[in-house]
Amino acid sequence: MKEEIIIAGFGGQGVLSMGKILAYAGLMDDLEVTWMPAYGPEQRGGTANVTVILSDKPISSPVLDKYDTAVILNQQSLDKFESKVKPGGTLIYDPYGIHRAPTRTDINVIPVSAMDAVLELGNSKTYNMVLLGALLSARNLLSTDAVIRGLKKTLPERHHHLIPLNEQAIEKGRSLV
Amino acid sequence: MTIQEIIKPENKVHSRPRLLTDNITHYCPGCGHGVVHKLVAEVIDELGLEDRTIGVAPVGCAVFAYNYIDIDWVEAAHGRAPAVATAISRLEPENVVFTYQGDGDLAAIGTAETIHAANRGENIVIIFINNAIYGMTGGQMAPTTLLGQQTATTPYGRRADLNGYPIKISDMLAQLDGTCYVTRQAVFTAAAARKCKGAIKKAFQNALAKKGTSVVEVVSNCPSGWKLTPEKANEWLKEHMTAKYPLGDLKDL
Amino acid sequence: MEEIRLMKGNEAIAHAAIRFGMDGYFGYPITPQSEVLETLEEQMPWDTTGMVVLQAESEVAAINMVYGGAAAGKAVMTSSSSPGISLKMEGISYLAGAELPALIVNAMRGGPGLGTIQPSQADYFQATKGGGHGDYRLIVLSPATVQEMTDFVGLGMELAFKYRNPVMMLADGIVGQMMEKVVLPDFRPRRTEEEVREQCPWAACGKHGRKQRNVITSLEMEPEKMEANNIRFQEKYKAIEENEVRYSEFMTDDAEYLIVAFGSVARICQKAIEEMREQGVKVGLFRPITLWPFPTKQIAELGKKVKGILTVELNAGQMIEDVRLAVDGGVPVRHFGRMGGIVPNPGEIEEALKAHFMK
Repeated sequence: MKEEIIIAGFGGQGVLSMGKILAYAGLMDDLEVTWMPAYGPEQRGGTANVTVILSDKPISSPVLDKYDTAVILNQQSLDKFESKVKPGGTLIYDPYGIHRAPTRTDINVIPVSAMDAVLELGNSKTYNMVLLGALLSARNLLSTDAVIRGLKKTLPERHHHLIPLNEQAIEKGRSLV
Repeated sequence: MTIQEIIKPENKVHSRPRLLTDNITHYCPGCGHGVVHKLVAEVIDELGLEDRTIGVAPVGCAVFAYNYIDIDWVEAAHGRAPAVATAISRLEPENVVFTYQGDGDLAAIGTAETIHAANRGENIVIIFINNAIYGMTGGQMAPTTLLGQQTATTPYGRRADLNGYPIKISDMLAQLDGTCYVTRQAVFTAAAARKCKGAIKKAFQNALAKKGTSVVEVVSNCPSGWKLTPEKANEWLKEHMTAKYPLGDLKDL
Repeated sequence: MEEIRLMKGNEAIAHAAIRFGMDGYFGYPITPQSEVLETLEEQMPWDTTGMVVLQAESEVAAINMVYGGAAAGKAVMTSSSSPGISLKMEGISYLAGAELPALIVNAMRGGPGLGTIQPSQADYFQATKGGGHGDYRLIVLSPATVQEMTDFVGLGMELAFKYRNPVMMLADGIVGQMMEKVVLPDFRPRRTEEEVREQCPWAACGKHGRKQRNVITSLEMEPEKMEANNIRFQEKYKAIEENEVRYSEFMTDDAEYLIVAFGSVARICQKAIEEMREQGVKVGLFRPITLWPFPTKQIAELGKKVKGILTVELNAGQMIEDVRLAVDGGVPVRHFGRMGGIVPNPGEIEEALKAHFMK
C-alpha cells in the first residue's frame, strides 16, 4: 500500500494540520509516513500545501511531482496541482470559491461541499476534518480509530474535549462521498 | 646587618603570591597589568579558590594571562570572553568564573557579549582593564581613548566629530538589573592597589554568593602606548583618566 | 526507553540532545531551524537531566558559549541556518584550533546573503572546505531522514569527543521541517563532574587537586610550535579520513549510471531512480553520509563501473568537485542543481540524467 497525497489551499484553512492528523493516523496504523510542508510566510495567509505519504514500505522522496490524490481547497491550488494527479488518481475539491472546475477526465474528480457542511454543522473550524473524512472515504484509507488516535496525538490535551466534534465532522465528510 | 639576617622569615613584609607562576611576564615596564594579576592571584588564594576558579583570557595585552596565574584558563576569541564565561559558569555552577578583559575587547568588539552577559546577571566576575589604548596591536585608538588623546590611529588626537566619544561602559553596566557590583578602581599607587584588591575580593565573594555579575574596572596606564615614562604615565592617568573615569563604586547591592 | 514518534527533524534534534545526555545547548532563532531551541525550551530539560539551554544574544555569542562549555569538557551544541552559521565561523575555527569537541547543526537555507528561508545545500564548501580561517577540518555528517537527524546527534557528539574536534551536522530546510517516524533513543544520564574530569583530563573545569593547570587556547606565538600543532591536526584528520567514512548505496550493483547526492536530495534522487528502474534504465544512487571525510575511494571504485555520474545538489555544483577529484577524469561527471530555495522533483532529475547521458 502506498498513497501519495497533496493537500493544498489557503493558509488558515487547516491544510497543514489536516496533513498532520493524517500522518499521525498512518503512524497509528503502523505505516511509514512523511509530512512535508511548503513552509514559510505562506503559513500566514498565502497559499499552503503539504505532501503526505503513507506507505507500508520505507519512503524515499518526501518531495513529489505526481500524486495519487490531491485535496484542493482553493483555485490557485487547483490550477497548480490538477495536472499533477496521476492518471487514474483522485482529485477531491470543495466547489466553494472555485470558479474554474477541474476538467480532467482521466482521473476521479470528487466535489465535496465541505464549506456548506460546516455551516450546517455550525463550526467552521472543523472544515479540514470534513475534507479529511471525504479523503478517507474516497480512498478507503486508515481506520476511524487510527484517525481518532491521531487526533489525540495532534491536539494538545486541553483541546481533547473537541475530539467528538471533529469525529462528527469526519463522519459528515465520509457521508459526502 | 648581613643578607642572611635581612632575609629571616620574621623580617618578611611582602612576597610573591603563591598562585603567580614563575613565568616572566611580557608586560612593559610600569604597566598596570602585572599589579592586577598579582591582586587577582592573591584574592583567589586567600579565598581558597585555586581548585575551582576558571579564568577566561581575552585578546589584547592580557592574552597570555593564562601563563601567569596558576589556575585553569580558557583563551577566548576577541571580545567573546563573557559568552565563554557564561557557558562555563552555567555548566559548572560550583566553580567561580572570571573574565579578564581590556577596553578594546570588552567595550568595542565584545560590547554585545559584555552587556548581555551582565544583563542576564551571569554569576561571573569581569575584570576590566581600561587604559584607553590598544596596547598589543601597537597603540591604536580604543573606545575609551580620551578626546584629544594621540594614538596610532588618531595621530592628531581623538576628535568627537571623526571618532565619537570615549565610552563609559561601566556606567552603562551599572544600569543593568543583572549587575550586583560595578566599581571603578586603579592601581597606580599602593593605596589605590590595596583598595582595588578589596574590590576584586568583593567581586569574587559575590560570585561565591551567586549574586550576579560583578564588574571591576581598573583605570590603568600604558606607558608604551602613551609614549610616556611609567612615572609620567601615572601622572597623566591621575590628571586625565580619572577626570573622565572617576574612581569609586558605581553600584554595590 | 526507546520511543516511536512522529516529529519534525528540528524537534527530533532537541529530543535526541536531551536523551543523549547533552550538557548544554546555546542558540539564536533563525528560520528554518528555530524549532530546535523552541522544543528544548518547551521540554525544560534543566528540570530533568540538568541540561543547560540558553537563548544567546547572537549566533556569535552562542558559538562562543559552546566554546566555553566544550573547554570545560562538557557535551555542548548549537544549531542555526546558513546566515547564522557564517557568524559562527569565527568560533568554529577557534574550536578546531583549540581541539574542542562540539556539535554544530546547520539547517541550510538558500543564499548568499540573507537569501531565502527555503531549503538549500549551498553551504557544502563552507562546511567541508573551511569556512572559518586556518587549516582545519570539521567532521561533516549529512542526514537524509528525521531518524538520521536524531541519530547523528549522538554519533556527532561521540565523534567530537573521540577526536576532540568539532562536528557539523549539515542538514537542510527539508529534513528540518518535514515530519516522519522516528525512534528516539533511550535516555542516557549526563556525565557526572567526576566522569568529565576522568574522561577529559585536558578540560579547564577547575584544578580540583590536579597539579598542572589546564589551559584551553588556540594561540601559539612560536611558529615552530604552531607548525607542530598543525602537523598534529593533520595527523588527526588523516586518522578520521581512514576510519570515519560513511555512505549508503541504492541499486549500484548493476548500475550503468550513478547519481551522487547527499542529504534530503538523495531521497528525491532515489524516487527518480525507482521510476527509471521501472523503465529499465539502470541507475544507482550513492549517498555520502560523511561529506568530510568524503567517500573518495568508494566513488572512485564505482566510477570504474559506470558510464556517467550525475551529481544532484541544491547549489550551483559544489560536491561535484569532490566527485570529479575522486574519479580523476575516468568517467564523465555532470551536475544538476537548483538554487535559491528551489527543490527539484524526481521528474526533473530523471530528465537531467537522460539529457546528459542518453541523448
